[in-house]
Amino acid sequence: MTGRMIGVDVGGTFTDVFVLNETDGTASVAKVPTTRPDQSAGFLDGIGRQIDDLSEISVVVHGTTAGTNALLERKGATIGVICTEGLRDVLEMRRRDRPRTWGLRGDFEPVVDRRNRLEVPERTLADGTIRTAVDLSAVRRAAEALRAQGCEAVAILFAHSYANPQNEAAAVAAVRKMWPNAHVSASHEILPEIREFERFSTTALNAYLQPEVSGYLGRLEGALKQGGFDGEFMIVQSNGGVMAVDTACRLPIRTALSGPAAGVIAAGYIASSAGFDNVITGDMGGTSFDVSLIAEGKSMLSPQTSIDFGMVVRTPMIEITTIGAGGGSIAWVDKGGLLNIGPESAGSDPGPVAYGLGNFRPTVTDANVVLGRIDPENPIGGKLTRLDVEAAATAIDTHVGAPLNLDTLAAAEAILRVANSRMAGAIRLVSVERGFDPKRFAFMPFGGGGALHAGAMLAEVGIARAIVPRYPGVTSALGCVIADMRQDFVQTINTLVSTLDEKALAAFMQSHADQGMALLDAARTTFEAREVSFELDMAYIGQTHTVSVPITVAMENGGVITPTQDQIEEAFDTAYQATFGRLLKNGVRRIINLRSAVTGKRPKFDLETLAPTGSGSTKPKASRPVHFADSWHDTAVYDRLALPVGTVISGPAILEQPDTTVLIEPGLQGRVDRFGNTIIEPVEDAS
Amino acid sequence: MSDIDPITLSVLAGRMEQIADEMDATLFRAAFNPIIAEAHDASHGLYHAQTGDTLVQGKSGLPIFVGVMAFAVQAVIEKAAADGDLADGDIYIFNDAHIGGTHLSDMRLVRPYYRDGELFCYLASVGHWHDVGGAVPGNYNPAATDVFQEAFILPPVKLARAGEVNQDIIDILLRNTRLPQSAMGDLNGQLGALDLGIKRMDELLDEYGAETVAAALEALGHRAEQLMRSELQDLPDGRWEAEDFLDNDGIVDEPLKIKVALEIKADRMTLDFTGSARQCAGPVNIALPTTVATAYVAIKHVFPALPANAGVMRPIDVIVPEGSLLSAKFPAPTGGYTETILRMIDVVFSAFAKAAPDRVVANAYGTINALSIAGKRSNGQPWVMFSFYGGGHGGSIETDGLNHGNAPISTATIPPMEILEAAYPVMFRTWALRPDSAGAGMHRGGLGAVYEIEVLEENGAEAFLFGERGRFAPKGIADGGNGTMNIFSYEQDDGWKHPPLASKMRGIILRQGQAVRLETPGGGGYGAARDRAPDAVALDVARGMVSEGEADKTYGTDWRGVTS
Repeated sequence: MTGRMIGVDVGGTFTDVFVLNETDGTASVAKVPTTRPDQSAGFLDGIGRQIDDLSEISVVVHGTTAGTNALLERKGATIGVICTEGLRDVLEMRRRDRPRTWGLRGDFEPVVDRRNRLEVPERTLADGTIRTAVDLSAVRRAAEALRAQGCEAVAILFAHSYANPQNEAAAVAAVRKMWPNAHVSASHEILPEIREFERFSTTALNAYLQPEVSGYLGRLEGALKQGGFDGEFMIVQSNGGVMAVDTACRLPIRTALSGPAAGVIAAGYIASSAGFDNVITGDMGGTSFDVSLIAEGKSMLSPQTSIDFGMVVRTPMIEITTIGAGGGSIAWVDKGGLLNIGPESAGSDPGPVAYGLGNFRPTVTDANVVLGRIDPENPIGGKLTRLDVEAAATAIDTHVGAPLNLDTLAAAEAILRVANSRMAGAIRLVSVERGFDPKRFAFMPFGGGGALHAGAMLAEVGIARAIVPRYPGVTSALGCVIADMRQDFVQTINTLVSTLDEKALAAFMQSHADQGMALLDAARTTFEAREVSFELDMAYIGQTHTVSVPITVAMENGGVITPTQDQIEEAFDTAYQATFGRLLKNGVRRIINLRSAVTGKRPKFDLETLAPTGSGSTKPKASRPVHFADSWHDTAVYDRLALPVGTVISGPAILEQPDTTVLIEPGLQGRVDRFGNTIIEPVEDAS
Repeated sequence: MSDIDPITLSVLAGRMEQIADEMDATLFRAAFNPIIAEAHDASHGLYHAQTGDTLVQGKSGLPIFVGVMAFAVQAVIEKAAADGDLADGDIYIFNDAHIGGTHLSDMRLVRPYYRDGELFCYLASVGHWHDVGGAVPGNYNPAATDVFQEAFILPPVKLARAGEVNQDIIDILLRNTRLPQSAMGDLNGQLGALDLGIKRMDELLDEYGAETVAAALEALGHRAEQLMRSELQDLPDGRWEAEDFLDNDGIVDEPLKIKVALEIKADRMTLDFTGSARQCAGPVNIALPTTVATAYVAIKHVFPALPANAGVMRPIDVIVPEGSLLSAKFPAPTGGYTETILRMIDVVFSAFAKAAPDRVVANAYGTINALSIAGKRSNGQPWVMFSFYGGGHGGSIETDGLNHGNAPISTATIPPMEILEAAYPVMFRTWALRPDSAGAGMHRGGLGAVYEIEVLEENGAEAFLFGERGRFAPKGIADGGNGTMNIFSYEQDDGWKHPPLASKMRGIILRQGQAVRLETPGGGGYGAARDRAPDAVALDVARGMVSEGEADKTYGTDWRGVTS
């Protein structure tokens, strides 16, 4: 099937649409306002602007914040829990943590009210032995009670169900028979992994999202079909892979970080196409600066994430570190006379002072406006007609200039210096935490504001160059189109290597591979290749910290060849040595979990199709004064998208495009590579 | 000292905090033992070249270390002055708690940082090692009557001389731990963190110049002092006292008083612990550095925005009476220091509440409840399940207290029940919140927990508990009610029993199928119970967190009129 592939990313402010014409390889982008509370209107509007006949579309891939927002705003469904006797409070007790280290304030409301957490007699022990068989009539009574209490979804949470799902499976079968909808989640189905709080939390949050997310995706799919769409509809997962829409309706928790994950996938692809396998991405939004690291072409996955205090989701997610330094972050001077940025933010509404929508405290964007780095006459996004430079300057004077005894420009420069320093700090820390030297990496800014700060990141972190993608404002939508289809599986094994039942391990591997392949088979999209990978979480006995051990397993005609104990021990030693630099003499090796991933590689399009064609203008379209360090520089302004491949622009310069401003500071230059990316680097490095 | 512009100061403040953060990150990643790697029981920072005062400290380290590390550096400064041989590339190591504070499990490394041949500052790293010898694995010996029964003691000695590591010291260390591989891994991690700190300091000084950075350090101290003074100015002048008690020291059954007088005069404050109990026989003594550090922890909880910088303490006097259990002398045992410092924090909060009730939270559960259950499996292999348990936090002007939180001196999380059951032959019959445990109030305390643990092993097991708050409940503030007390019970052939010393006991013999039960305290309440909204009371009752009878008794019957 040929036609159009479409990526749609719904963000807080804008809905981005990326359309790839598979026939001629051309691409186009659209940006429309996000609609609230129902995002589907903006979604369909964005597609409609690009395509009249929805039957021409072969694939729609969607990166969604519906799940993220429902979690952050606590707008999921009323749900119930049926759990093991004695354990009804696990969700509320968490892992005995607290919201903030200092101050001891704050409480915690779990997503399930204590009245809706009901216990039933049943107990499985850690080795899988059933100590008390499940009382199914108690389960049915509990389910009836939860229905009567208004629960729309239910989660079944039994102790040690990863070790032996028998009790939990019997309970969930009984509940599914009587529950009026499909919203029944069982902990051994969602996450068959040891650690009850993490498993229960992930399962309960899945139930919490299910009515909302599956309703939203159902509405979208219905509307697409009504418009004649007959292709595949897929959703981006937090792990950076895509899944079919029916899988997303069953496992909505896997969409918890869907939107940002797509952006990182695109960044990785753009960077490696351009020849940079090691890249640190920085997505600057209204309230935050999100940093992610890609090493040797691979993005880092973290096994779990806290969406908010006490709301733990344990599914593999692309690791994104967030600090509160976005365009809307507020600059303020504390009682000790020190200038701070954030964490308080004006966000995008009311937004910076210059927006004139009711915020009077200066933000990072206001500093950029006052210094001429943002064009006040042509605000990005098209919602506003012009920015109020005077108001921004007054706010900076009042809140920063006066207390620090600085004039407006010095105060604005100060705001940027402190903000840049914090952003650079996040980049350094993300690298060091993973054992990398940030100087080996390229920096890729995306999102609306990141490219204004690229030069500062080079100077602060000592990075050699930045790569600004041709369409930094629609990176996530682009990521939707190129993401692979991927399913992750986990199973707790919990045994010494010496007592491992290899056949049983192979059976779990086979089951994961079969389930993953079935999902690929069911997808109506083509794959260039299929990959199955296995990892074991292992440690020496006595250690709780595990090491991920990749296991190379041969497959014949889809059948797993059973790995041997020797192979596993050797793989462990290699991985352990690489992580800690030494092995433990006489250490006893343990296997905790099996993790499997089944990936269907989707065809990649050539990014060169996005490159500028022919010979556009290399002449500036205008010039304006921009303030750098301590003086104004007359700065040429270019139409970025018109610049032909190979153009080199020396700083100071500004490259403008509809949704992004790229700043090239004095001493730096911007080079248009063959994909239309702008490579920013020091002038002396140019070849 | 040259002047420094405020913007460079902001930038340098962030850069130096980050050096400490990166040192934390380096150790967490490299450490072998989960107490450091997962519970982050470690800390790093920059310290003053002459005074040892804390200049900058990492954000991720354990709260108690924020105050205590300066003492470790001061001990090294004194040692180096006495020996007169400090050199670039030296690294000192020690764990002596009477000199450096906390307990013997915390291994401290201190390294001078030289610039152009001159001492610029010190870098230090502390981490909780898994085992440093002594009578009990893990070094928590409730029966210790001196430090020699607690662990191997290392005074400040040179691990490296001018860059040359002394392998003899490492050999001695590794021979004195039950877990040499773990110790070696942690030591390497700490050395790596110090190396990274030196490298980052070099880069920073290359970029900004030693003079500017020194000026920044000076200015940050002034700024911290100024912040503290301005906070104190906002509070009323006066003198407020508070006292509370430890149940006993685990050996002699007598309550031990902890008393504080808090005095604020303009922009200065005194914390006077005169009137606290004398040094005792058991391991609830603490050394002077620990006491001063704890005062700092309490203050930082009251003013959470203050930086981790010694300047904060300049307007504050801490008075600790000679001979008290808050300034215990070598070789008094200090292994149970956690219980004593938690009570110190409680009395400081209670005193502050009288001065400015809105600035503090009511008392948290106030005990770490170190519970050990151990035995031998049928194949002869020994097993020890050792863990700390949670309880309720205090209510505040903003909200009810947190249910089942961690101790104010720590940020460590509890291991999952399933991990414990998979590792040891036990089963938790209950792992739940404890209804009716919260102190009443406009904002009630958080709930404590109930853990009931059955022994599955056919050979039975032996248990010990080191807890507190068995006889004195966590206090409410601003007319809020007290939380409930800690209750420990254990099952015997003729029924459930309680320990004679309330919260401490060793040698409890359990048969297969018998259990221990720990009911931990809830937090104290904030504000008068009569001011609690009836619908909040009704919700607590509906959720089973407060019983109907308790609600009527404490809050009156208005809640019964609420229709939900």
